Amino acid sequence: MNSPILALDKVSKHFGAIVIADGIDLALSEGEALGIIGPNGAGKTTLFGIVSGTVAPDSGRVLYAGRDITHISPAQRCTIGIGRSFQVPLPFAGMSVFENLVVAAAFGGRRREREVYQGCMDILDRCGLGEKANRRAGSLTLIDRKRLELARALATDPRVLLLDEVAGGLTERECHVLIGLIADIRRSGVSIIWIEHVVHALLASVDRLLVLHNGAFIAAGDPHTVIKSPAVMEIYMGIETDV
Amino acid sequence: MTDWINVILQGILVGGLYAMFAAGLSLIFGVMRLVNIAHGDLIVLAAYVALVTTETLGVGPLVSLIIVVPLMAAIGYLLQRAVLNRTLGEDLLPPLLVTFGLSVIIQNGLLTLFTADDRKLDAGHIEVATYRLFDGVYIGALPLLQFVVAIAVIAALQFIFYRTALGRAFRATADNPAVARLMGLDNRHVFALAMALSLAVVAIAGVFLAIRANFDPSIGPARLIFGFEAVIIGGLGSLWGTFAGGLVLGVAQAVGAHINPGWQILAGHVAFLVILAVRPEGLFPRIRT
Repeated sequence: MNSPILALDKVSKHFGAIVIADGIDLALSEGEALGIIGPNGAGKTTLFGIVSGTVAPDSGRVLYAGRDITHISPAQRCTIGIGRSFQVPLPFAGMSVFENLVVAAAFGGRRREREVYQGCMDILDRCGLGEKANRRAGSLTLIDRKRLELARALATDPRVLLLDEVAGGLTERECHVLIGLIADIRRSGVSIIWIEHVVHALLASVDRLLVLHNGAFIAAGDPHTVIKSPAVMEIYMGIETDV
Repeated sequence: MTDWINVILQGILVGGLYAMFAAGLSLIFGVMRLVNIAHGDLIVLAAYVALVTTETLGVGPLVSLIIVVPLMAAIGYLLQRAVLNRTLGEDLLPPLLVTFGLSVIIQNGLLTLFTADDRKLDAGHIEVATYRLFDGVYIGALPLLQFVVAIAVIAALQFIFYRTALGRAFRATADNPAVARLMGLDNRHVFALAMALSLAVVAIAGVFLAIRANFDPSIGPARLIFGFEAVIIGGLGSLWGTFAGGLVLGVAQAVGAHINPGWQILAGHVAFLVILAVRPEGLFPRIRT
């Protein structure tokens, strides 16, 4: 196996007494798609924060393409190739959909504005937002905002894409389209880490599934095997079906 | 009758200067929610920088803009990177306190270097040149130039904000600085560029202020108030609104002064209070979500 594009090396983080990450090791190979599941509050989104640079770990290192990026700024991480979408869509509400992408592409991708226009339109078309390019982002419906999150992350021209619950709230049909889109993104050579509660979307898309619980991975491996493992049944599914 | 036309005309032309005071203030508040209490003193600082430039190089004040504008922009960039960026956050109070301190430092620094004596920049012939519009109504070349420059400055800012990559960076960062960072925008750099642009406008305003009237180190805070009033009258977030706000303030002051010379400043404040009472969102507010 080639060296990982992204790795976490014994990363720990706690907020007061709450342990969010407890010596987490993680390696994402080039071109791989990795799914992460875990109960609410397991530390999934914080893990993305650590990778994208908005949350500083207490200890441990973040490595990107072999380089230690633990102490570089979120903006720099974006420009070197780590793209991220947010669980709660956060568009630049006062700007048009197209402008949202142009900002991401020009600054995140370190390119001149004129060079990114066509690429941005292509991404909007792929994400189903082509006809809404000139709408004000703040006026979009929730589903379209989710699409915009994905489109904007793609516009930064990432090598590693962090997806935070992009399938939540989608209809079955929309979910199907999303799975197709993500397969498409993978084919273009982008590595993906995907946090998701919609498990069937993950099973259809990822190579490997990790289960995060109390700040540590308690299971990892082939998605279909992991999802049926006793540990997951007990901790993850157990919580869901007990309700 | 022509008397009043002259008064209104003078008010409008001075309003252009107030609009320039206000534009830099409005830009900074819009991009980073920073209320720059030192804004007026920075205008006065620019006037003194222009004074030193004209005296040492022997150039006219308008030519000195070639040096004053980039110099003030550089000061703005460094000021933001070195000091003001550290004050930004959830709390609006630290930037207020720090810029207030900066205001005191600038005033006293200028007082030490240049004493409290009145100074003025001499622009030569253009100061006294006038054009006759029709019988009894005259327009000064300098106020006219100042007004045209004000329009050009507002138009340029409008263009930068809505038509360029830098403007999109400003708007994205203003919208959500945390997300902008994850889109590859370095907040510290973007904010510093905004401050540089603000002080470039301040430089132009400072030079025109210094040609128009006497200045001394203590007049900054009053310019800050005029700037604030123009921004509020015009409506937050709208550059052309700010321009209109400057004109309203200028006309109000001119009319006040014409009725009674002592009422000039008062009339401006009264106009501001009336608009605040009748239309608190300003004349041309930009609807924000």
